[in-house]
Amino acid sequence: MLILKHTGVPLIGLLAFLFVWHIGAQNINTSLGTFPGPAQVYQQSLTLIEEHTAERQKEEAFYQRQEARNAKKLEKNPDATIKIRPYTGSPTFFDQILTSLITVMAGFILASVIAIPLGIMIGLNSTLYSAINPLIQLFKPVSPLAWLPLVTMVVSAVYTSDDPMFAKSFITSLLTVSLCSLWPTLINTAVGVSGISKDLQNVSQVLRLGWLTHVIKIVIPASIPAVFTGLRLSLGIAWMVLIAAEMLAQNPGLGKFVWDEFQNGSSDSLGRIMVAVLAIGFIGFLLDRLMLVIQRKVSWDKSSALR
Amino acid sequence: MTFGTAAAAGLLNLSVAQASIGEPEKEDLKFGFIKLTDMAPLAIAYEKGFFEDEGLYVTLEAQANWKVLLDRVIDGQLDGAHMLAGQPLGATIGFGTQAHIITAFSMDLNGNAITVSNEIWEQMKPHIPKDADGKPVHPIKADYLKPVVEKYKAEGKPFNMGMVFPVSTHNYELRYWLAAGGIKPGYYAPHKGDTSGKLDADALLSVTPPPQMPATLEAGTIYGYCVGEPWNQQAVFKGIGVPVVTDYEIWKNNPEKVFGVSSKWAENYPNTHKRVVKAMIRAAKWLDENNNANRPEAVKILSQPNYVGADYEVIANSMTGSFEYEKGDKRDVPDFNVFFRYNATYPYYSDAIWYLTQMRRWGQIPDQKPDSWYMDIAKKVYRPDIYAEAAQSLIDDGVMDASDFPDFATEEGFREPQTHFIDGITYDGRQPNDYLKQFKIGLKNDETL
Repeated sequence: MLILKHTGVPLIGLLAFLFVWHIGAQNINTSLGTFPGPAQVYQQSLTLIEEHTAERQKEEAFYQRQEARNAKKLEKNPDATIKIRPYTGSPTFFDQILTSLITVMAGFILASVIAIPLGIMIGLNSTLYSAINPLIQLFKPVSPLAWLPLVTMVVSAVYTSDDPMFAKSFITSLLTVSLCSLWPTLINTAVGVSGISKDLQNVSQVLRLGWLTHVIKIVIPASIPAVFTGLRLSLGIAWMVLIAAEMLAQNPGLGKFVWDEFQNGSSDSLGRIMVAVLAIGFIGFLLDRLMLVIQRKVSWDKSSALR
Repeated sequence: MTFGTAAAAGLLNLSVAQASIGEPEKEDLKFGFIKLTDMAPLAIAYEKGFFEDEGLYVTLEAQANWKVLLDRVIDGQLDGAHMLAGQPLGATIGFGTQAHIITAFSMDLNGNAITVSNEIWEQMKPHIPKDADGKPVHPIKADYLKPVVEKYKAEGKPFNMGMVFPVSTHNYELRYWLAAGGIKPGYYAPHKGDTSGKLDADALLSVTPPPQMPATLEAGTIYGYCVGEPWNQQAVFKGIGVPVVTDYEIWKNNPEKVFGVSSKWAENYPNTHKRVVKAMIRAAKWLDENNNANRPEAVKILSQPNYVGADYEVIANSMTGSFEYEKGDKRDVPDFNVFFRYNATYPYYSDAIWYLTQMRRWGQIPDQKPDSWYMDIAKKVYRPDIYAEAAQSLIDDGVMDASDFPDFATEEGFREPQTHFIDGITYDGRQPNDYLKQFKIGLKNDETL
């Protein structure tokens, strides 16, 4: 019975979805042909894998040509400085997934590094909370698409270096993701910290714990479940924001893949976009599960509703 | 040594000896482009290894629209880009973003068309003369669109059309065609802060990025547009619109895109710049070689998703020497895309001056300028000197022949006065003010808004 509930029912749901998708897709006629059904999407995902393999072969040939060219240069002039240039070909679907994952994790970590300490501080101090709360309420609902032009211009103006460690596009995506995703962690941390039970606070006072010890021994462990609820929400938002930012700013990643395909207007484009949509959903799901696993490991409160 | 490296090394021995131009100052380069078939010289120079032959490691990256592309060249994220000929000129004189951009390489001739929606086409059709087979007689003039525009005006509905950028070839071609048919396309008045270009307009022109044109037409936001390929043929394939006139019919062999870099970049990396131009000249020649024999291969490369990405058939329709107007009405236009013939790659001052005259005609240059001013700006932006050095190096390398190029010793940068305009007006680049006087619609002499 249990097996049926855990695998059978979701399977039925999935099959029903595929069926509805298959039937529905046949009835949508776009100017680029009919909407792709499950079969076409499967076909396109195979093509994307093939393209990835082909690109890797081209990459190998590129390095071989480069080696040959360098060898020739050394032959002419033994003192010539030789550099190995990174591959110049275009990123494949899987390269874009990797870029997006790196960007979202960097942005998420930056947001967390800001939001958790700030959340603890405003949770502990109600005056500080009243001072910052209006700002939180003001900036929380701002869409990434509104931040992006400002972030882009500021990064271009401020981040100037002849040999930058990170690409500007990476910094832009990262900052936009951080700006939009830090709010749930901030609010949940503050709420978690301010809502610590009186018993625990009394314990702390009886033991006369110093401020820092109080924070480390009492406040942080007590608010961990709330912090993680915030982090999970933040990561979900970070992932959504990143794709939108990449689409709008043409920064490398899955969002750019989708936008490029839309611009291509090829008869395969819709199928390829659909593959990307499913990949975005699946990766978002995996990220959420990952946070859940960490939360279970770290949190003492095993009973909190973990869904 | 593996077989692969041996083969690669074998190929290298055949590649050009780098005689006169020194080592490149910068080897890793990133160039931007817009998804249009006329970016082909960049794609070919990359795919055929012409950049690598020059010791350059180039990355090509599609950009969202012309504004983003220009901004990224200005702020240095891109080393150079496939640009509208008007962009380096507009930027240098400060219309839109102010920055000194130069070009030493003209990318192509022709390659654009004007498309109207099916609905507009149905309304135009009764006015258009037919030949013996019942097909419309080309070129179709805007005279036949005029009654439609007037009907919309009488009903109080705005007649919206799309072009790709305020200083784009497409803006000027669409305006030229409309004005030649007596339809006023509107003026710019930057000195009054009006950069919408809709003052005193019968047809309202607005900016849409090239790849979005078909979708915008389909959505009904615009009734027609002027854009490069493959976005006119795409409208035919999608069954949403009808290309009525190509730019070849508006002005035979008109200069189109250029390869633009910031002047600071060109100063810092002179050898790199010349080597880039060398590679692109070779690519352009390859594209036109043996009567366009390489075009099918070029189309295959362009249809890759990282370049233009549209279907092979759509790109091939115009790239292989034909053009499909109304569905099924496919006609030969062997010069629809010219990349090398007729000195297409040489940056003529007269080409630059034509763009400046159109900027003046439509008010983007608000005041009258003396003829010498046109020449000064052209010389500041167009750099045939750099082109000539690159070409000379190709001749010295034995890769190309002196007869492939203009005679650099005597060339002054002016094409013969051109007569192949749809309204029969003659263009002489040496007399921009006199040229402007010939137009019925448009600013001339000391007129201002």
